[in-house]
This record gives sequence, C-alpha cells and structure tokens, in this order.
Amino acid sequence: MSTQESYPIDVEAIREDFPVLDRKVGGDVTTPGEGDDDTEPLVYLDNAATSQTPKQVVDAIVDYYYGYNANVHRGIHQLSQEASVAYEEAHDRVAAFINAAGREEIVFTKNTTESMNLVAYAWGLEELEPGDTVVTTQMEHHASLVTWQQICKRTGAELRFIEVDEDGRLDMDHAAELIDDSTRMVSLVHVSNTLGTINPVAEITDMAHEVGAYSFIDGAQAVPTRPVDVQAIDADFYAFSGHKMLGPTGIGVLYGKQEILESMQPYLYGGDMIRKVTYEESTWEDLPWKFEAGTPLIAQGIALHAAIDYLEEIGMDNVQAHEELLAEYAYDKLSEHDDVEIYGPPGDDRGGLVAFNIDGVHAHDLSSILNDYAVAIRAGDHCTQPLHDTLGAAASARASFYIYNTREEVDALVEAVDGARDLFA
Amino acid sequence: MGMGSDMYRQQILDHYKSPRNYGELEDPDFSHTGENPSCGDTIQMDVRLEDDGETIEYVSFTGDGCAISQASASMLSERLVGMSLDELEALETDDIVDMLGVTISPMRIPCAVLGNQVAKDGAKIHTGDLDPEEYGETITEE
Ligand SMILES: Cc1ncc(COP(=O)(O)O)c(C=O)c1O
Repeated sequence: MSTQESYPIDVEAIREDFPVLDRKVGGDVTTPGEGDDDTEPLVYLDNAATSQTPKQVVDAIVDYYYGYNANVHRGIHQLSQEASVAYEEAHDRVAAFINAAGREEIVFTKNTTESMNLVAYAWGLEELEPGDTVVTTQMEHHASLVTWQQICKRTGAELRFIEVDEDGRLDMDHAAELIDDSTRMVSLVHVSNTLGTINPVAEITDMAHEVGAYSFIDGAQAVPTRPVDVQAIDADFYAFSGHKMLGPTGIGVLYGKQEILESMQPYLYGGDMIRKVTYEESTWEDLPWKFEAGTPLIAQGIALHAAIDYLEEIGMDNVQAHEELLAEYAYDKLSEHDDVEIYGPPGDDRGGLVAFNIDGVHAHDLSSILNDYAVAIRAGDHCTQPLHDTLGAAASARASFYIYNTREEVDALVEAVDGARDLFA
Repeated sequence: MGMGSDMYRQQILDHYKSPRNYGELEDPDFSHTGENPSCGDTIQMDVRLEDDGETIEYVSFTGDGCAISQASASMLSERLVGMSLDELEALETDDIVDMLGVTISPMRIPCAVLGNQVAKDGAKIHTGDLDPEEYGETITEE
C-alpha cells in the first residue's frame, strides 16, 4: 500500500504549497537561508511552537501591500475602503470558523498571550477582589498561568490549580472540589502544549456556569488542529494565535460573548476605538473595535483569513485525523524503547504532539543532536515550568506535527533519537 | 553534519560521563551555585585557595543538566587549578569555548559558560566585590 493513500489528506499536494519544506539545513545559523553548507533536508516537527506558511497566505499579504495597502476605518478613498472591507471580513471569517455569532465577538489581538491579558486586565483587574477565586490547571501555558498569578496578586483573589493525574488528564473530582461559589473565572487550556491532553472544556465550562463563573479557554493548540465550536463549548472567552495555524505572526484572536464584551471597559485607549471625543469625555466604538485601539494588524488579519480558507479547504476533521494518525505513530515508535518516557495520555487519545525524555540524555543535548539530523524539535520547558516541576523533569523534548508532516519524517525523528542514544551510550 | 555532532566530540562526552572532581569540598574557601533556567542546568562550584589567598588550589563541582554544562564545569575544575583569582576573573566566553574545543551553537552558550560564571561570581562574593544578599545565585541566560 502506498503511504500516500493511507493519509486522510493529500500530504504530497499540501507540501507543494510550503516552500520552506524544500529547505536544507545544517549550516551556519548566523546566515539564515544562505548557508552553502546546508545539506540535509529539513524535517520540521516544531509546529506547536509555530507552523509554516503556505504560498496562499504569503500571497494574501503581498496582494494587500502591493494592491490596496491603506489604513482602515479612516479614509474615504478607495484603497482605504478596500482595506477596511477586507479587514472586517477577516473578522467574519474567523467568526464562522469557530462558530461565533458574528464579528462583534471577534477581537483581533497580537497573539493568545495578548488575548489572555486583555481579559485579565479589562475584566480581572476590575472585577476580582479578595475572597474571589480563579480556578486554572497545573498544565497551563505561562501565557495564562503567569497572567492570572499576577492579576490575583494585584487584586487579592486566590488562584487554584486543578491537578493533573498520572495519565496527564485533569482530575475532574478535584475540579469539582475547587470550583465553588467563590469562583469567578475558570481558565484552562483546551489542548495541552506539553502533554497533548485534550481537556473536557465544555464540561468544565458547565461547572463554571453552575457557580456563576466565566470560562476562558486557551485554544492556542486546539484551533489549528481540530474543529472548534465556541457555542457548543459555551465558552465565555476563547483565545488562539494565527501563527500556529498557517497564519503570520502578529495576529491573534479573542472570542468573547457579546454581552460580556459589552459589559467590559476597553483595555487599550486611542484612535479607532472611540466614537466621540471631547477634551473631557470619550465614548467607545461598537464591538469589536472598542477593543482594537490604534492602527490594527491589517495585513496579518487579512492573511489569517487566507489561512482559514486554506485549512477549511482541507477540512478541520481531516486535519484532526492526520494529527491523530501521526501522534499515535510517533507515540508507538518512540515507546519501542524502555528508556523513553512520554508525557501525557496514550497515543490514541492525544493532540498531535509528543513530549518525551530519554534516560541519560538531556533534552537540550537531544535537540542539538537532532538538529544534526536536520530534525527540528523543541527542547525546554515549553512555557510550562510548573508542570515540568510536577513531572519531575527540568526539560523535555517535544515533536509536534501538522498537515504537511509524514510518517517518514517521524521515522527520521526516531532514527535521530537512536543516534543520540548511541552517542551517549 | 552541522554543529550538533561537533559539539559532542569525544572529550565532551568523556567529561560528561566521567566528570572530574565531582563532589563537594568539606572546607572550601568559597562555594557558589548557579542555574541556567533555559536548560534547567544547575552547578555548584567549591574552591579551595592556597595560603596566599590568591591562587586556586583545588576545585570541585556538583550539578545536574545537559552534557555541555556538566562537561564544561568538569573541564574547568581541572583548568582552574594554579590560576589566580584575577586570572579567573579574566576568563571570557571565548576562553571557555576554546577550552571545550568545539563549536558551541549560540543557543547553547549559556550552558557552556554556567560553571565559569558560577566560579567567577563565587570569587567576587569571596573578595567582597559582589553582595551575596543581592546576588544569591548565578543565572545564565541567552
Ligand atoms: C497552549 C498555549 N497557550 C498559549 C500559547 C501562547 O501563544 P502566543 O505565544 O502566540 O501568545 C501557546 C504557544 O506558545 C500555547 O501552546
């Protein structure tokens, strides 16, 4: 059987759209892209950090800058109108993609981190007080963990952590214990960027709503890799980043239920977010513009639209199926050796990433050696330092997959890991 | 092949697998610890001086972490013997890379220099040039 036929998506055709996948690496890193000594074909398995960018997305950026570059919401002239329409339509596209009610609920930010901070400042700093609790989990990315930690310090609210069990899943009994009448916010990651755990976000949102709390879902690893329906989850807030889903850097999304966003004060002040200004007073624009102060990420927003088009053309169910296939394949292959510890749930129940350690080889050494084999993975704490403390590992190596990855690339990973093992034996 | 394989030449692996002068000194003239948070590497360097209070007589270390950080501390523990504190102070990143005898990729420099930085900071605290209250632990970062 040809391997190509056994993928849920046309990987070969997809790879054609990503010029960087033709790159060779191994040369001098101080001269990116020009090293004559780059000889090894790149195996890019660091997609949870950032995904690669297809021609269609770069084309959208080029079309904008060469064809209708103008500021939005300000000019009467044609270019400004074209840019404004395209920028606004990007909000509609995102809304449809995650099944939000409409563009009012879609705020463009810089990234997941900024989306998180927007809610923490505009809602948390205003609303939280001593006696309140914010419930989060042990597997949060620093984007959420550090933000709530600091907002709680400033407001006197208490931060609680739902524990992770041995399989890397949330302890739901513990969640039920922690989420109580004092809880104002339950903030959790949808798919863990370290464990690969897919959390029951709808169930936990229900628990939050039962006590009158909001839920904030960090979807940085979920939206790129599976169908997400914010209404089915009933999330109050939901955040993700464009650069992990084929989009450019510099664009992120905050989804918020309209009535909640309406009740919140702006986070940043300035142009574009106001309706009427006098020397004494100002009133705010409608949603979502109230939360988009200053000249926004116009090209990036338009490019995110193109990225979503690209993903939907493949179909998010298919993207998910491909992720699961590679995750399980990698899990099984890596597990063949006893000296490999993989963190998180079993291979058939996880997102498309595998974080692991081999006995006797530090993750950073492993990553350096893998780089020799032209295999790009992430090594470190993946912005989950407290979770790594809980796991008893200072660092781990993480391979993460996307639509253009193949089983052969997983084989290359495993071969490189074998090489590292031999070197250190 | 690129930098990685170079980085793990025999000498580095040898020092990593059989570290020299590993352990704590009972009565060091100074002892200092440090960390490289990006790797989670930790190093403690213990130093005994000769009677002149200037010349390094013996160095031992303990630690945990990647091969580069641990091998570097091990090699340094041999290298420092007989040096004066001023000579230690003058040791720079390039000297450490030379000592390792391999090309260190930019991201791994904090690993490579951790032991050296810990020894230097420890010496400065010993001579009163650094305030231990403010500078409890050495941190190397990219
Ligand atoms: C689960 C999770 N949350 C948040 C983030 C932060 O994303 P960004 O750096 O784009 O703000 C990441 C990625 O780094 C992530 O994996």
